[in-house]
Amino acid sequence: MATTLDSLLALDFPGAALAGLFLATGDLVEYVPVLVMLIFAVLFAGANLGLSFVLGAKGKTNPVKEAAYECGMPPITDAHQRFSVKFYLVAILFVLFDIEVVFLYPWAVHFGEKALQTFLFVEMLIFIGILFLGWWYVIRKGAVNWAQE
Amino acid sequence: MTTVLFVVFGGSALASALLAVTRKNPVASAIWLVGMFFGLAGVYVVLEAYFVAAVQVLVYAGAIMVLFLFVIMLLDLRSKQLDLEASPRMPILGVCAAVLFVVVSGMALMDAHDAGIFPDAAERATLVLDGSPEAIGADLFGRWLLAFEVTSLLLLGGILGAVILTKRRLT
Amino acid sequence: MMGLLSSTQVATAPIFAHIFSRADDGSANFGWVIGRILLVLLIVHVLLILGALMVWAERRVSAWMQDRIGPNRVGPHGLLQPLADLGKFMFKEDVIPGHVNKVMYTIAPLISTIPALITFAVVPFGGSYEMVDGKEVAVSWQIANLDIGVLYILAVAGIGVYGITLGGWASNSKYSLLGGVRASAQMISYELSLGLAIVPVVLMAGSLNLGEIVAYQAENTWLVFTQPLACFIFLVAGYAETNRLPFDMPESETELVAGYHTEFSSMKFALFFLAEYANMTVAAALVVTLYLGGWTLFGLEQLGWGMAVLIFALKTLFFMFAFIWVRWTIPRFRYDQLMNLGWGVFLPLTLVNVVLTAGAIALDQTWLFFLLPALCVAAALFVAYMGLKREEEQFQPLPTAAGEKGSA
Repeated sequence: MATTLDSLLALDFPGAALAGLFLATGDLVEYVPVLVMLIFAVLFAGANLGLSFVLGAKGKTNPVKEAAYECGMPPITDAHQRFSVKFYLVAILFVLFDIEVVFLYPWAVHFGEKALQTFLFVEMLIFIGILFLGWWYVIRKGAVNWAQE
Repeated sequence: MTTVLFVVFGGSALASALLAVTRKNPVASAIWLVGMFFGLAGVYVVLEAYFVAAVQVLVYAGAIMVLFLFVIMLLDLRSKQLDLEASPRMPILGVCAAVLFVVVSGMALMDAHDAGIFPDAAERATLVLDGSPEAIGADLFGRWLLAFEVTSLLLLGGILGAVILTKRRLT
Repeated sequence: MMGLLSSTQVATAPIFAHIFSRADDGSANFGWVIGRILLVLLIVHVLLILGALMVWAERRVSAWMQDRIGPNRVGPHGLLQPLADLGKFMFKEDVIPGHVNKVMYTIAPLISTIPALITFAVVPFGGSYEMVDGKEVAVSWQIANLDIGVLYILAVAGIGVYGITLGGWASNSKYSLLGGVRASAQMISYELSLGLAIVPVVLMAGSLNLGEIVAYQAENTWLVFTQPLACFIFLVAGYAETNRLPFDMPESETELVAGYHTEFSSMKFALFFLAEYANMTVAAALVVTLYLGGWTLFGLEQLGWGMAVLIFALKTLFFMFAFIWVRWTIPRFRYDQLMNLGWGVFLPLTLVNVVLTAGAIALDQTWLFFLLPALCVAAALFVAYMGLKREEEQFQPLPTAAGEKGSA
């Protein structure tokens, strides 16, 4: 039983023409399960919403249901108000530091090479040091200090 | 198969980009732009540049577009305000800009081809394409070391600039 | 550690050999593709069931901590309660309020759920030892053996921010919008610390592939012993990323009604809920994989493939329990405390940790790997002691009626 199953699974995909269908070589084929998982996730979430739409009780609407929830009162002002500029600052700082993190990954992977380690370490020390200066400036100026309005 | 996938991802990127520039709602535009970045990441994966694909999603779709969304929500842009600033000459200017772009980039590409940047068939046969993080690390900290260090200065400039510009509004 | 049980050579069922490894030339055959697709189905179902389990566990564990019973009527010990909840969500009226942006309102829960489910594609949930070039090597079982596993996780985690931002914005309500933007700002602030806390792991393991990180931990020591600071920061940043207490300001029930999901009802709300629990499961699985040896347990996993999966499951379940435990134990942080912690404490700490780890590796002083953690733990204890002492000094009892200060 195990051997027949074994040999069954060891079969190559029938038809040489279809052999290219699954990107036979290299790491690219590892991304196929990711794509499949993505499709399943989308189908699942979509099916759930669709099912709820179909199965959900259908009630009549009334103005109270349609209005925004503000603890039982009629909503006071329009929803969109200007926001503190700190959110913008957080987002832009996130972009800049995220790029720094992205640079750290190939460095970390490359660090394994014994011969270059000191050199790589000094390089990255300079890089992180410069960005640390930036961070220190941000903290000193209280740019992400939310309590300071 | 790679061609099929390339067409699928590239086509979706193109379609998302077109949808992004034709929406009236700025948030919808931003979302379609995110979709375009995913399509582009798919193209990178098909080209076996896995690291670049991951970084594309991580930095562009995950950080820069979040920034765009924050700005859109912060400024509370509405359709009516945007229409007021549109002039009837915009479409003509747009077409001119597009033509100019195509011409200039075409000339740049032809110059590059003449300078021998693109490998010919013989070179392509022996070319080793490695999109793995190890290869990128080796290149980044070898050949492009100076560019890497300068990037840190660029980022520092960005940080200082952002804080200075917003500090004026905070205080 | 590895040779401990080598006499009981691993019985890798041949079926797994075809699913989890490709042929020598890297090609994938029919069995591989079908096996992976079935595995995807299995894992998605497991994640959903775990999500439902978390709903039950949250209510029972919180009840246990609050000295009450919790739901125990529906099914044995209330285990079918999540099913009842699901039925309720499904059959409830799907209200789409008139003031919302209909398209965004509908896709926001989708954008939240999808990253939560697909992050698990690179987590090694089990494994076995195989002879490769005469050496026993730990081969992990993942849905997708990506060489950029860690980056994939960070990229997908970044997408999760959109569901919340859009949900808040689409609801066209003050509370939702504020909650959504605050949640996004919080998530991106802690994403930095999350990413930086993984860098020492990559430094030591030398690869972004999660399977190889587990293999490194199987051969050497678990990374929690040499990188306790990074592990702790990763765990805390995981709490912040999943918007769980003590970081759940954006959905704090007492302040913003329900934050970004105020205006959502029935299945859409359930999807947000599910996404949060799936994110928690993945965060727990990642802590286990990156710092606690994944599916290895000092050689015990060599007993068989089922053992490896069981070890991984138990460790992950413990950390999922820890999520619930912390939620019902610690009060919530204020938003400014939260942001100051993320930007002012975690960011510099993780950067310094990266530099120190790299220095220790470069100097090839392996004893440093145990010195630095000891220093970190000592520093943490010192800080805690100073904090407690200061609180004690600041506590002055109220003056008595005669106006005298009471004794200390």
